[in-house]
Amino acid sequence: MTQTKTKAKTNRAVKEKKPSIKIDDLPLPKADLLRIYRSMVLTRALDERGMMLQRQGRIGFFVPCIGQEAAQVGSAHALTARDWIFPSYRNTGTAIHRGVPMTEIIANLYGNSLDLSKGRQMPNHFSFKSIHFVSISSPIGTQITQAVGAAMAARYRKENMVAITDFGDGATSSNDFHAGLNFAGVFKAPVVFLCQNNQWAISQPLCDQTASPTIAAKAEAYGFPGVRVDGNDVLAVWQAVKEALDRARAGGGPTLVEAVTYRMGPHSSSDNPKAYRKDAEVESWKAKDPIDRFRRTLGDAGILSEADDKTLWEAARQEIVQAVKTVEAGPALPVETLFEDVYVAMPKHLAEQQQALRREIEERGGIRHGDGAFPL
Amino acid sequence: MPTMNLLQAVNVGLREAMRSDDRVVLLGEDIGRRGGVFGATEGLSKEFGAERVIDTPLTECGIVGSAIGMALYGLRPIPEIQFLDFIYPAFDQIVSEMAKYRYRSGGQYTCPMVLRAPAGGGIKGGHYHSQSSEAYFAHTPGLVVLMPATPFDAKGLLASAIQGEDPVIFLEPKRLYRAAKGEVPEERYTVPIGKARVAREGKNVTLVAWGAMVPVCEEAAGQAAEKGIDCEVIDLRSIVPLDAETILASVAKTGRAVIVHEAPKTGGFGAEISALIAEKAIEYLEAPIARVAGFDTPFPYTLEHIYMPDTRRVGKAIEGVINF
Repeated sequence: MTQTKTKAKTNRAVKEKKPSIKIDDLPLPKADLLRIYRSMVLTRALDERGMMLQRQGRIGFFVPCIGQEAAQVGSAHALTARDWIFPSYRNTGTAIHRGVPMTEIIANLYGNSLDLSKGRQMPNHFSFKSIHFVSISSPIGTQITQAVGAAMAARYRKENMVAITDFGDGATSSNDFHAGLNFAGVFKAPVVFLCQNNQWAISQPLCDQTASPTIAAKAEAYGFPGVRVDGNDVLAVWQAVKEALDRARAGGGPTLVEAVTYRMGPHSSSDNPKAYRKDAEVESWKAKDPIDRFRRTLGDAGILSEADDKTLWEAARQEIVQAVKTVEAGPALPVETLFEDVYVAMPKHLAEQQQALRREIEERGGIRHGDGAFPL
Repeated sequence: MPTMNLLQAVNVGLREAMRSDDRVVLLGEDIGRRGGVFGATEGLSKEFGAERVIDTPLTECGIVGSAIGMALYGLRPIPEIQFLDFIYPAFDQIVSEMAKYRYRSGGQYTCPMVLRAPAGGGIKGGHYHSQSSEAYFAHTPGLVVLMPATPFDAKGLLASAIQGEDPVIFLEPKRLYRAAKGEVPEERYTVPIGKARVAREGKNVTLVAWGAMVPVCEEAAGQAAEKGIDCEVIDLRSIVPLDAETILASVAKTGRAVIVHEAPKTGGFGAEISALIAEKAIEYLEAPIARVAGFDTPFPYTLEHIYMPDTRRVGKAIEGVINF
């Protein structure tokens, strides 16, 4: 399979506007479908809450994924437990679907002592080792080459792991995109490149990001297939990513999957998209909302009633409220942790700095609540 | 005990690590078929195969980025950057990723790997085959920065670096690859990270250097001895973590410090050592701290011998601190 498929792939698992769908027509069992839907709802509910928490000054920053839930949850569902994810900072849906407890996700937003990353990073820059969800950084595209290396390492160890790496359309301009795809092609690495093409890199539209007709087309130059899929169709994403994973697992090498989607919200809580894009464009994509769409599919198939949906949303919101409560009650981050994890063992110069700070804090009579903590 | 040069010591050290630990893989440009442009990886591809000695496409960010992925996954990759001057496309991966994984993930992910690169001038390599950029890396918390000056230390420090859990920048003074010769034990041994070597004991002046400037300082010390000046030469070996104790103890004894490095003077690592001495040993100083360094110019081709600190410049600095 060397030919690049650059045209929109018609592997849509579900046809819309069909009055009713038989469950048997759907490619996954009912329990899976409901679990996928639940993760999408949970991701959206968290995003809505997260933006509010930021506006209320309870957390410092937030990155919503609104509009990209299908791409994230659909791809996550295709993974096996042993597969590794090298995510971007807009990937919360993937972590949620892999089963990270809501308190662990929210603890990262607060960066207090409950945060697994010990408050070392801005919100949404998660690390969840238990689900092979590799630590996220802000520079764009750096995870791409790393995913290739992990994939090569797994093959060297004869372990049946495939690495998947997520990135946006903006990242396709990065050095690491080129280096990573080139490496993967040369070494036929068991890796899947998932571009969540959300049309915007902060204020830079896709048309000014690349002159390529599609992102998927870029795969051809690296010698492996590129697949373009409707990124707002969760089952289509699942199918495309699963095919790519299966191919990689069978020794067929990498695939670039372009999930065409839309960033319905701002780049982050610090962004104002009204400054650079038209409301009409956003509205047109809202009509293609991936959650609404999947809900209709499930409704048509008789899997999810309106009442079920309402209950599910309520439960999701409740789970988040509860988790926020738990996290907000968590202890502050001990100042000592500032110096931990720089090296495996604390070198003398750091121990000295830690001691000096400790003395200084004692002299000041301790750290007052609010010294640099949110709320400011 | 066999005698070998620094390049052979690196080669032997790599071979030993690969034989004893199948997590060790090498990757870089021309390291397999060619055995490295200097020959540091010669014969390794033949012994361990292309799966463990990986000839890569020409992309430093790809080499380091993929090595990071391997390290995260549990291997012990040893990427080679052909010349330190070519490392900059990988700078983002080094400073933002490799150095920060442990910290930013709260210790969940670690990046144990050894990034090797020939460094420094003295081979008529012009600007792009001669620079000493250790200060950039020393300025990045999370990295260990090593630079051996002897074959014994090259093999022993490499062994420590590979068995350690931290990401290491391992700088090899290319000028000494064949020039530095010495006895190297055949069996495995380690040289501790963070411990300087007193290359020569003395009581009048402390010379602090690393890499190819160590033999320059030793020679300058020999010349000074003829004039009755007794110099102590400290070979840092480990730039980060720095062995402050050895430096400060020496300065407390001599009261005079001359720091010698190839890199440009402004913002060079010598400034850090100078500050350390000023902060912690000023009461012992008989003279201002002196620095002998590369000039604040790009590294030149034709005038390389003028640019690089030599025994005359070091000798002049020694006389300066003695006659203050």
